[in-house]
Amino acid sequence: MSSFFSLVVAFALALANAADAAPARYGFGRPASAQEIAGWDIDVRPDGRGLPEGRGSVAEGQAIYDVKCASCHGTFGESNDYMALAGGVGTLASDQPQRTLGSKLNHATTLFDYIRRAMPFNAPQSLTSDEVYALTAYVLNLNDIVPADATLDRASILAVKMPNRDGFTTDHGFITRDGKPDTHNVACMTNCGPEARVASRIPDYARDDHGDLAEQTRAVAANATPARTPSARAPADLARQSACMACHAVSAKVVGPSFRDVASKYAGDASAPAKLAARIRAGGVGTWGAVPMPAQPQLAESDALALARWVLGGASP
Amino acid sequence: MADRVPTPGRIRPAPEAPRRSFLKRAFAGGAALAAGRAAAQDDANLPPNVPAWTRSLGAPVLASPYGMPSKHEAGVRRRESPGLTRTPHSSVAFTPLQSLFGIITPSGVHFERHHAGMPEVDPHQHRLIVHGMVREPRIYTMDDILRFPSVSRVHFIECGANTGMEWANVAVPTVQYSHGMIGCSEWTGVLLSTLLAEAGVDPKAAFVLAEGADGAALTRTIPLAMALDDVMVCYGQNGEMLRPEQGYPLRLLVPGVQGVSSVKWLRRLKLGDTPWNTREESLHYVDLMPGGKHRQYTWIQEAKSVITSPSGGQVILDRGFHEITGLAWSGRGKVRRVDVSTDGGRNWRTAKLQEPIHTKSLTRFRIDWRWDGGPALLQSRVIDETGYVQPTTGQLRAVRGTRSIYHNNAIHTWRVAATGEVSNVQLL
Repeated sequence: MSSFFSLVVAFALALANAADAAPARYGFGRPASAQEIAGWDIDVRPDGRGLPEGRGSVAEGQAIYDVKCASCHGTFGESNDYMALAGGVGTLASDQPQRTLGSKLNHATTLFDYIRRAMPFNAPQSLTSDEVYALTAYVLNLNDIVPADATLDRASILAVKMPNRDGFTTDHGFITRDGKPDTHNVACMTNCGPEARVASRIPDYARDDHGDLAEQTRAVAANATPARTPSARAPADLARQSACMACHAVSAKVVGPSFRDVASKYAGDASAPAKLAARIRAGGVGTWGAVPMPAQPQLAESDALALARWVLGGASP
Repeated sequence: MADRVPTPGRIRPAPEAPRRSFLKRAFAGGAALAAGRAAAQDDANLPPNVPAWTRSLGAPVLASPYGMPSKHEAGVRRRESPGLTRTPHSSVAFTPLQSLFGIITPSGVHFERHHAGMPEVDPHQHRLIVHGMVREPRIYTMDDILRFPSVSRVHFIECGANTGMEWANVAVPTVQYSHGMIGCSEWTGVLLSTLLAEAGVDPKAAFVLAEGADGAALTRTIPLAMALDDVMVCYGQNGEMLRPEQGYPLRLLVPGVQGVSSVKWLRRLKLGDTPWNTREESLHYVDLMPGGKHRQYTWIQEAKSVITSPSGGQVILDRGFHEITGLAWSGRGKVRRVDVSTDGGRNWRTAKLQEPIHTKSLTRFRIDWRWDGGPALLQSRVIDETGYVQPTTGQLRAVRGTRSIYHNNAIHTWRVAATGEVSNVQLL
């Protein structure tokens, strides 16, 4: 093949490839009309861009609020079941910051924007602009930010100064991909110190909050999860499985005292559950006669306590 | 209950793997009590007998036209953390990290977080509008979006509040609740830069507002530089269309940035010259610092890692060899290295990383370990490609206090007791 012919072929291939290459614009879709955009263009910025025409007063807002908002946010905006709207101003620097709309938000325009796009929770985008202005005015009044006779519109909402107006900063490393971190650990490999201590375990009150962990993993695993949390087991079942019933009955003396007798002996004793739980696990002799009760060390303390409470509460099946 | 003692492990000896004698001692009592599902051993299916499923005809094809996991996997599912949220319509359900392998989160258990419930969007009637500071506002059908050149990339999505319950103290028992507001998928879609080029961005524009079509019409500000870098408008997840929980039929994916920015059910992109200070950028998703100021626009998810096995709530049944494995990730790029300690951070060994390592993606690490039956404190520590080293709880608190809620990426500790029980603890 002559070099001239090769050049011609190469040129033709280049042309063909160019025809396959991406165009500068694909042109898919179509221009959006002003009318289409207007129906969805609901965002409002802190500089007021996007605020619609309209107006609403605190009194008008209260009337709407009581019907459409109070059931979740509370009559005075105090309900933290959903977002608390009022209170907590000045608490953000404390150990118990109260994060409410009033204590935290920096711009009233954001309140307007959010009510307009997302409230009421069960019927978003159902309010008119006048109603949104009125509700904004009422919520601000709940926070004593505007007076009871205030009316809000496009101009006056921009004059509102929120208590936490200057409470935000963008001076941090999370705002850009190459931002500067605020911690500086080093990857020490051996004899690193100082030695750390266990400072926190799961709080006792939260131990059973997440249910039966054994059900929350697969049946086949390198590391098994306990079959059931002890408190999830019914005390009556525990009593049977732990062989308590070999020597005790609910209402009659067998080898040991009946559970009812035990319950009446300790009636009114606040320390009885703990005492009895310890006795169940350690065993003992003397309280009810000469026949010793064998120790039950295999019982978890929590199971023993559950059993003790069950016995003291009447040992219902 | 202050008196609670760890339950001994589930005893479920397979005939071919009898328990070690020390375990017999340790768990003798527990074995008698370990009833429930664990006891349902059926010797008739064990050698030398021929199992029932071998002696019968199986189910036909299409028994399940869209396949589901085995019924024996029913425990592996998303879960809510009780008491965390007030209404299930504005809530979160966590990924079961303790039960997952590799780096891809099965779409059905990818964590879900909705702000006003999960909408059911008809793809034929879904529209995306691109407008604001552009040469020509455009509107797209799903058919239009699917015509553009596509990319598929593996990225994690982590909620900014992941591990947020544990700023001040240990609060939850398992890795599902401590770290399960994360998932990692192969996402498919159009680069946002492609769509923005179509509309023609005004040189004075600096930010993009992304808005969802859900009842919250959730909005977030994305800096334009990031939008033009690697942000995707996605319709695909792990080979199929997005799940409804993940924004079907269209969502934004902002790699390495807190999950709320990856706006689901994406309906609108607006170009502008200042950030929007939306509710999700002022009342929520801002980081409370000591002194009472909030850091705003804290977009990046810094490097973080956690051991998923052994992990909280599990029990190690045998001494000897165990693989410690877990996940590491960084919103600033690739994971470079993961170290693992079994003595609470005094000594570290470098783990193996599963290849290939993607940028802004979960990365699986593994390391061999021999458990000697004594107490241990398991930790992992990631170093990302910028050289950043995952901080300790103490280092984080020294800068940010304990009230932040967001961006808790502290080194996590699992305590192994002599009984083998693994529990969640914090070291200081």
